[in-house]
Amino acid sequence: MRNSRREFIKISALGTTGAIVGSQLLMAKNNKVVPENSKGPWKMPHDLERTPTYCEVCFWKCAGWTYKNDDGKIQKIIGHEDDPNSNGRFCPRGTGGVGMYYDEDRLKNPMIRVNAADGSQTFKEVSWDEAFDYISVKLEKVIEEHGPECIALFTHGSGGNYFGNLLKALGSQNITAPSYAQCRGPREVGFIATFGDGLSSPEPTDIRDTRCMVLIGSHIGENMHNGHVQEMSDAIDKGATIITVDPRFSTAAGKSKFWLPIKPSTDLALLLAWMHVLIYEERYDKKYVEQYTFGFEQLKEHVKHMTPEWAYGITTIKPQVIRETAREMGNASPAVIIHPGRHVTWYGDDTQRLRAVAMLNALLGSWGRRGGFYIPDKAKVPGVPHPPYPKPRRTWRDAMGGKYELADLALANGVCDATVPSATMDCSIKAWIVNGTNLIETLPNRPNTLEAINALDLMVVVDTMPMEITGFADVILPECTYLERYDSLRVTQHREPTIALRMPAMKPKYNTKPAWWMAKNLAERLGKGDYFPFDSIEEELDYQLKKVGTSLEEMQRIGVKKMDRPYDDLYYTDGEEIEFNTNTGKIELYSTSLEEYGFDPMPKFTQHPEPPQGYYRLIYGRAPMHTFSRTANNPNLTDLMDENTVWVNPKVAKEWDLKNGQEIYLQNQDNVTSSFPIKVRITERIRWDSVYMVHGFGHSKKQLSRAFGKGASDTELITNVMMDPIMGGTGMRGNFVTFKYSKA
Amino acid sequence: MRYAMAVDTKKCVGCSDCVVACQTENDVPIGYCRDWIVEVTDGTYPQLELEHRSERCNHCENSPCVRCCPTGASHYSDGGIVMVTKNKCIGCGACIASCPYDARYTHPKGYVDKCTFCEHRTKKGQSPACVAVCPTKCMYFGDLDDPNSDVSKVIKKRKYKTLIPEAGTKPQLYFLI
Repeated sequence: MRNSRREFIKISALGTTGAIVGSQLLMAKNNKVVPENSKGPWKMPHDLERTPTYCEVCFWKCAGWTYKNDDGKIQKIIGHEDDPNSNGRFCPRGTGGVGMYYDEDRLKNPMIRVNAADGSQTFKEVSWDEAFDYISVKLEKVIEEHGPECIALFTHGSGGNYFGNLLKALGSQNITAPSYAQCRGPREVGFIATFGDGLSSPEPTDIRDTRCMVLIGSHIGENMHNGHVQEMSDAIDKGATIITVDPRFSTAAGKSKFWLPIKPSTDLALLLAWMHVLIYEERYDKKYVEQYTFGFEQLKEHVKHMTPEWAYGITTIKPQVIRETAREMGNASPAVIIHPGRHVTWYGDDTQRLRAVAMLNALLGSWGRRGGFYIPDKAKVPGVPHPPYPKPRRTWRDAMGGKYELADLALANGVCDATVPSATMDCSIKAWIVNGTNLIETLPNRPNTLEAINALDLMVVVDTMPMEITGFADVILPECTYLERYDSLRVTQHREPTIALRMPAMKPKYNTKPAWWMAKNLAERLGKGDYFPFDSIEEELDYQLKKVGTSLEEMQRIGVKKMDRPYDDLYYTDGEEIEFNTNTGKIELYSTSLEEYGFDPMPKFTQHPEPPQGYYRLIYGRAPMHTFSRTANNPNLTDLMDENTVWVNPKVAKEWDLKNGQEIYLQNQDNVTSSFPIKVRITERIRWDSVYMVHGFGHSKKQLSRAFGKGASDTELITNVMMDPIMGGTGMRGNFVTFKYSKA
Repeated sequence: MRYAMAVDTKKCVGCSDCVVACQTENDVPIGYCRDWIVEVTDGTYPQLELEHRSERCNHCENSPCVRCCPTGASHYSDGGIVMVTKNKCIGCGACIASCPYDARYTHPKGYVDKCTFCEHRTKKGQSPACVAVCPTKCMYFGDLDDPNSDVSKVIKKRKYKTLIPEAGTKPQLYFLI
């Protein structure tokens, strides 16, 4: 990091005096603060025995009920029986979501970065009025000097809708979530290139009725994607075959008929060999392929020499096992799922790997079929009308020099790159609003993130917790938790469309506020109040709900409303004529759109670098009781798991003389050493060429009293990023670590 | 009536949802638990087996904890549920020492606490909190004397084991294998 305008500072160092860093005096704008509630026919939380909510601990957004005890404290949160995402059963994180409310380390007051008397930088507690004035002055300056499109929003969570509305109202489309380019982006692009449609969330995999499911690096059960975990269990009950491809003996591998302990980074070779077997043994769905696909003959020619024997040398999976598993899939067709996974940014050729996954599904005829992929539906809920958004003059894409045009959503790393001043690129972003995403732990290549942050004129962080990112903020706005606020309606896709309401169970603790209120207040100050044409969120929700035949009053009582699915079209009917949203109107085994953009129309296997002597590939993943780094301080969830460990094969442990539970530092190929030591877990469940750790630990912020220094951060060790040339995803599995007995 | 529980190790993923649901349902203080997860790995790479088990009090038919309790706080309730009467418990810890499953702990308020099969819920016809929350639906609860109960049916159909049968406690927690 260069000589810093913005020092990383501790939130506890609260000066009561001090001048605001780098700014003119605050202008007294005499702005009125918008009230938080408005009266209506609807009830207040204390009038209700249980209040409806949808969970904010992860992106699955399960709907449930919050129950309070006689003392008025939250007793428990239970899944909503009519909710297709949870079927009345919350996962451990949702059940432990109550800890987010009770966490005493929460952000409590708005704060502004100031210069203390001794010249050091510190945070000063301010009123909401002062915070909003400060932000609007700074944003107005950015808009005046650079244009509104120089403001960007990073978001992961419900509050993003309102800040997104604010940005669009100002004239910026730089709205991004790390859940795309750091996670599921390549999957969306790979499936769009094949079927003309992405998967979105929850993925429409028809697991409950499948006869065979293939997991490739996807560890359902450890990733607690609620509906999928539940349906996998149903499928096991019904005797479905599960095939797991993973260098680690995951929980799912433990439930599988076949575990293929693949050499990391070679999955694409296995996928191509499976296609070879299906085609040359004529085990694919001939009728489906003939009617719906384009490019079968080219594919047949393409995979001609990609035999299981060819793949064996690459993947270390025996040819017989490759054949046997392909036959299992063929026998189950079309009730078979090659699961697309979710976090798929691994090696930089991820779009092509996910293309292969999509093509394999196409060969097996599983797309649009029972036990394969169903066709999801979503409720249509109109918004409150507002003036049209101004058209931005430019976006982050203009800084990319024509790269990543196939990205269907904004790249968080792209916005980050478009912030770092550059002589060759049009990098102009000057202000960030960061809502509910800890970019320090989320984006790979931390030095680059810090360089971008350092180049900003303003960074506003909206969060419930003092995450690492807050230490770099100019302004911190403390958001109340999902248990203390209304939010936009949950409108997610599923087999049947539903809407779900989140309403507060409790009054906001401390001086915290909901995101909608913050965004509306900022909009009013910036002259964009017209884009928030409601006095309170209750009014907005009631307006929307009445448009779809219900009301806020009813939703407060029922929580989830099932909407009608207008057509009986969950699956394709036999021989149905379908026009796919691709250039050819067919499922493209041969991708004309990728060809058009100069990429391989059919995936090719590329060899990726392997760990040097004494180094091991860093593989990371999820634990069922945590969501990324955001839950690491939750008192209920840290009680279940309070640190990660590094999984080491016994052979490797012997070589390094490591003992179970021993604390060790990890150092990567770029000589980055973990800030904290991590405990060794010696286990047969990991290959000897790799180590594994759960993502989201090793927090460096002391204010996270339970999470500070517990375990190590994988993100910190991910400095080698393998960019996906097609859509700009950040491949993160090309990092190698070695063991250091001490930090120095 | 004979209450029992079966846990399907083929479906349990060891997520600990049962643990946190029990804590919130029963006001179990953070740092303590009435149920917990055991993970067992067997074999060498790549010939491996993995078992997850959600464990708790076995509500033994022949409970050493009930026998050794000096005050009668530990007792059998309806359906054979092993319970502790809080205000009779003096916190001596004899039951904790006698339990082969390590299923009991001393609550910070001084009494010994353990799984109750959520008696307050089962009385109302609800299943225990752990059973109701489990995302994999791997737990079955009910009356073994009723051949149509979930637990009777699944035990009839599937192979199972109990833990430390040699202790002779006649445990009522069955693990489907």
